Formats: sequence, structure tokens, C-alpha cells
Amino acid sequence: MSLSSRHLLGLKDFPKEDIQLILDTATTFREILERPIKKVPTLQGKTVVNLFYESSTRTRISFELAEKRLSADSVNFAVSGSSVSKGETLKDTVKNIEAMKVDMIVVRHACAGVPLMLTKLSDSNVINAGDGIHEHPTQGLLDMYSIREKLGKLEGLKVCIVGDVAHSRVALSNIYGLKTMGVKVSVCGPSTMIPKFLNELGVDVIHNIDEAIQENDVLNVLRIQLERKAREYFPSIREYSKYFGIDRERLEKNGKEIVILHPGPINRGVEISSEVADGSSQIILQQVTNGVAVRMAVLYLLGTLN
Amino acid sequence: MKVVLKNINIINPHQNVNEKNVSILIEDGIFKNIGRLTEAELKDAKVFELDGKYIVPGFFDMHVHLREPGREDEETVVTGCNSAANGGFTGIACMPNTDPAIDSAEVVVLIKKQSANHLVDVYPVGAATVGRKGEVLSPMAELKDAGVVGFSDDGIAIKTASILKRSLEYAKMFNLPIIEHCEDESLAGGAMNESINSTLLGLPPIPSVAEDLIVMRDILMAEYTDAKVHIAHISSKKSVEMVREAKKKGIRVTAEVAPHHFTLTDDAVKTYDTNVKMNPPLRTKSDVDEIIKGLKDGTIDCIASDHAPHSLEEKEMEFEYAPNGIIGLETQIGLAFTELYHKKVLSLEQMVEKLSINPRKILNLPVPEIKQGEIVNLTILDVDAVWTVDKKKFLSKSANTPFDKRLLTGKSIGVINKAMMFFESKFSNI
Repeated sequence: MSLSSRHLLGLKDFPKEDIQLILDTATTFREILERPIKKVPTLQGKTVVNLFYESSTRTRISFELAEKRLSADSVNFAVSGSSVSKGETLKDTVKNIEAMKVDMIVVRHACAGVPLMLTKLSDSNVINAGDGIHEHPTQGLLDMYSIREKLGKLEGLKVCIVGDVAHSRVALSNIYGLKTMGVKVSVCGPSTMIPKFLNELGVDVIHNIDEAIQENDVLNVLRIQLERKAREYFPSIREYSKYFGIDRERLEKNGKEIVILHPGPINRGVEISSEVADGSSQIILQQVTNGVAVRMAVLYLLGTLN
Repeated sequence: MKVVLKNINIINPHQNVNEKNVSILIEDGIFKNIGRLTEAELKDAKVFELDGKYIVPGFFDMHVHLREPGREDEETVVTGCNSAANGGFTGIACMPNTDPAIDSAEVVVLIKKQSANHLVDVYPVGAATVGRKGEVLSPMAELKDAGVVGFSDDGIAIKTASILKRSLEYAKMFNLPIIEHCEDESLAGGAMNESINSTLLGLPPIPSVAEDLIVMRDILMAEYTDAKVHIAHISSKKSVEMVREAKKKGIRVTAEVAPHHFTLTDDAVKTYDTNVKMNPPLRTKSDVDEIIKGLKDGTIDCIASDHAPHSLEEKEMEFEYAPNGIIGLETQIGLAFTELYHKKVLSLEQMVEKLSINPRKILNLPVPEIKQGEIVNLTILDVDAVWTVDKKKFLSKSANTPFDKRLLTGKSIGVINKAMMFFESKFSNI
């Protein structure tokens, strides 16, 4: 079994069999992560560059660990600021990296479409680690993995994505992937944070968080990006947390077990309370562990393709 | 020098002329005779056999960015004029967002000087406000005396309603239009049209209402001041509808559309090709349909390219960082004939109105006539020529086009103006 594509740019039109294969492969790697020695020689001799144009702690470390545990040689290339301010163009940077004979590029960039652009500039396998407000496919995959791990299946479940959908790269990847896997997807958030034409994707849009809790098996709660422009899209943090935040009281009021995911980092007390974040039914930290396994699976499947 | 254009058809709706299969004798750039030529007239003349081709009053593009002064690496007055001649135009109006802006007589004089000996007539559009900053009126009277044909802060809309009002009132003294790039500043700054595609592509959106709001403002202000406003590169359905209604009420509003806005939709952005990034952005099919309707019913007066040269380096960038705009002088006629004439949206007469007559009328310029004693200013058209766009053959200094390799039907095969001819890729004095 192998993937049908050389790159992982996004989960739009990504085949069900490929998602299945990645999730199943990740299960194997997940077991390896529980062993005393967590390293396998699978990608020995392969070179992976982590090209991060945007600061990221968790995603970069997760990829780096995944690469190291597969015995790949990995290099971090962090570029602060945009190519515009730095002088060197993206094209030159990529051509230079390519000239150093690498096999795979993991890229994070503030602009949508950059991973696709890289596939045209380079012969390496390209993995999108988040492009603008477009996609973050490995996050979508690890979310699906975590839901499947927790609830034993994906097909037939109901998942609601909560929060700033308009400025989230996680939301789209989740919507595409989950729908492909037969999940009924809805979104819940202030209407200023929901793209105007989102319903054309076959996604229900609601604005009442209690309804979201009542109607769904899983909530995937997005981070409110307080440091970004997103802050202009709602009146105040107080109002957001009052009407869209999830705390124990709200969960108890609804009297219903629900799985809560969060891609991190959490704004405690804003989109989710500490109590809920740390609660035993939550799988937020498991998501992080699963992230390494899922990224190992992606790297392995792409890295052994050619 | 004597030149004969043999066996041609003449179309000029401005003079109500539609003549088939005649010949034209040109001497020193003047029409000497039109009709059947005698042996004596043909003697010593350079004869062009143009079997069945059309002669029309020289095409005019009222929305061109020449980049001189300031970005001569992208286009100069001369290379822009070469590009215009190659595209079938004998006249262009150039927009004032140069560096410095065309907000002083000196810049007008410079541009006029650079184009003085060129076949293509260049008419600068002056900035409406100093530095296009929207604060102080530009010296419109001086600019007019230096030769501008309208005023605009193109690239952006005139900043506030109050300075727009004063611009219209002041420009009205000279009967010149204010040409508006319609976009509400507070809604601007995105990378593509807001639609399902902007969501799918994760690109920051520009809603069409950003255009509509300023079109509405400008129509209201044109009505209030009874002055002339011209809507540049109209692109949204609602805007076309508003212009249609305004015209019915007799408000002095005119509008132009760029070929990419009736040829492409924002589906083209799916490749993240920066050559489909422009402002206003490509919109949806319903917008294109309304534009076609507006061209047909006369709501949209003319076609203008919004020729916007950008260097390769600038366009080879992340989509969100790349500058807006594409070049259009050398694809405009082909696209317009393919999409409008051959698809039976517009008749040949209407095509000539939109590409030659109306832009000149909007700018108060005389429309070239095809008759004895007049200066020859014409475009020779092969409306059925099937050709493939090849950006390597462009005479523009830039090559930022999404239409490379596109198959088109209809093209200019030559132009004549100011006793100069451009034919088979060569300029010559005639």
C-alpha cells in the first residue's frame, strides 16, 4: 500500500484510502512511541528540511521528533519575517535548499499556496505544516486519529468545529478530512468568524454553543488568536468566553459526555476553561502524542514512495 | 510618401460609414482618396493587399500604466507605446500612479516629451489630489493646460467624500471626468474576491461590496455635483446594475471594463498563479454575466486594459505578497473579439464604439475620421485571424499575463497614425 500523491499539501480531494492508510500506519508508530527505545531506521539516509517561515513551537518540534524517530537527518530552517522584508525570495531560498540535495521539505508559511508553489520549485516531497489560513493537513489527520482512537470510529460521528473558523488553517483541513471519512461536520462561532460562503462546503453553521454540545459527539475547539487581526472580529474576550467558551458549568448544564479536542496552544479561560482542558475525558495531550505518530506516518509513507 | 491599402472594408459608426471592398490612398499621413483608385494614384505607391480586412478609427485604451517616471524597469513611455501599437492602439491614456505621481505639469511634460515622436498618442491622466494622498486637490488647471484628459487617484479611490466632491466640482470647470478606482479602503487589502473560492484557497478576501460602496458614493456625488465620473475597471454585478440605473436617471456616469473581467472568473485563482492577481479581483460567473449584459445594453461604455506591468521578480512571489495587475495592451483586442464579437455579444460597429469612439468621447478627444483630407489614424483588423498568445513576442517590457498560450480569434495586424505605420512588427514612416 502506498499513497497516491508525492506531497501532502492539504486534505481537499485527498482520497479516503490515503487517509485510512496514514491513520493505520500511525497506529503502528504510536505503539513504537510507547517503547523504551523509540527510534526506527526507516528513513535512514533521508534528509528533511523543516522550512518554517512562521514561528511555531509545537508543530515544528512534533515534526522534528517524528523525523528523528524515523532516523532521518533533519535540518531546521527558520526564517523570521517575510521574504519581502528579508530580501531573499522564497524561490531563491527553496532553490538553495534544493541545491543541498534534500529529500523532503516540511513547510510552514503565513501565505496560502506556498506549499503548492514549492512543489513547482523543487523535486522534494513537500509536506504542508500550515499555510496561511488555508490548510494544516497533519493537524487534520491527527485530530481524526485522536477521535478514532477515543471513539473507535469516524464514520457516522458528528463533529463541530468551534471558534474562529475564518482565520483557521485547522478548520478547513478538519472539514475536508472528516467529511471524506463520513463524519457530519458543523461549525459554531460568532458570525464574523465564519466565512460567508462556508455552507457551500456542506457544513452546517450554528451560533449557539449549547446546541453544538447537544448535537455533537466531538467538539474541536479552535484557538482564538488573540495576537492576530482576529481580535477585531469580536467585541471582547469576556463576551467571547461567555457565549462561546466551554467550561465545566456549561458541560454540566448540558448533562452530556462530549469529547473535546484543541489544537493548542490553549488560551485558558477564553475558549476553554482550565478545568475542562485538564479534565480526564479530554484528549488534548493525547493529540500531541498522536501528532508525532501521525507525522511519522506521513513522513514514512512519502519518504519511502520514491 | 504614398501608401495604398487595397481592398479593405471600412467601419466607422461615428461617421456612419460602413463601406465594403474599397481602397485607400494615403499621402504623407493624410487620406487622399477613398474608393476606386486610378492607375495614376497607384503609381509609385507602396501597396498593401488587405483583401477583406477592416479599417477602423484607431483603437484607444484609456487605462494604461506606463510606469515612467519611477519604475522604468517595468515599462517606459516608449515600450508602453510599442506595446500599444503592437496591440492595435493608436492612442492611450496613462494613469497617474507613477513615482512621482502625475500631479504636476512637469511630469505631464516629461511623458508628453517621451512620446512626442511615437506613433501612439499618449494622454496623461492627472492625479486628482497631490501625491494621490486624498488631502489636497492637485493643480488641475495647470495639469489641464499641460495636457491631461482626466483626473484620478487610481490604485485607490479618492479618499474621502469631501475631497471627491471638491474634485468633481473643480474638474467640472474643464468638463473633464474624475476616473475612479472604486474600492472602500476599510474593506480593501485582501488577495482575491470573497467567494467560496477565497475560503477554499485560504486567501484573504476582498468583498465585491467594497467596489459597490464606492460606485454608489461616486454616482450620488456625480448626481449632486452634476459632474462627470468615470468608473474604471468595473467588475461586480451590483456595480453594473447601479451604473445602469444612474444612466437612466441622466447622471453623468460612464464605465469601462477590462478584458480579464469578462473573460475569467475567480476559479482561475485555484492555481495560485500570481498573474491572475489583480485589483479589482477576478469575480464570479454572475458578475461576468452582468458585465456581458452591461456591455450589450450600453451600461458599460468602453473596454480598457488596465495594463499594469510588473517585473518577473515581483510576480514570482507568494500570492498574498505579489503586486496586483496584469499587462493587457497586446491581448486586449484578441480577448475582446474572441469573447464579445465572435460570441455575438457585440456587433463590429459596437466593438469599434467600445474600443475607439467611446473612450475618446469620455476624455473629450476627437474621434478620428476616415475621409479625404483627414489625418490617418486607424487600426487594420483581421477579425477572423486565429492566433496563439506568445508573451515572448510582446513589445511590453513586462510579461505578466495569465493569457500566454491562449488561443484567440481576431487581432490587429497594423496601425497608422502621425504619418507612421506599424505593420508586420515594424515601425516605418509613411
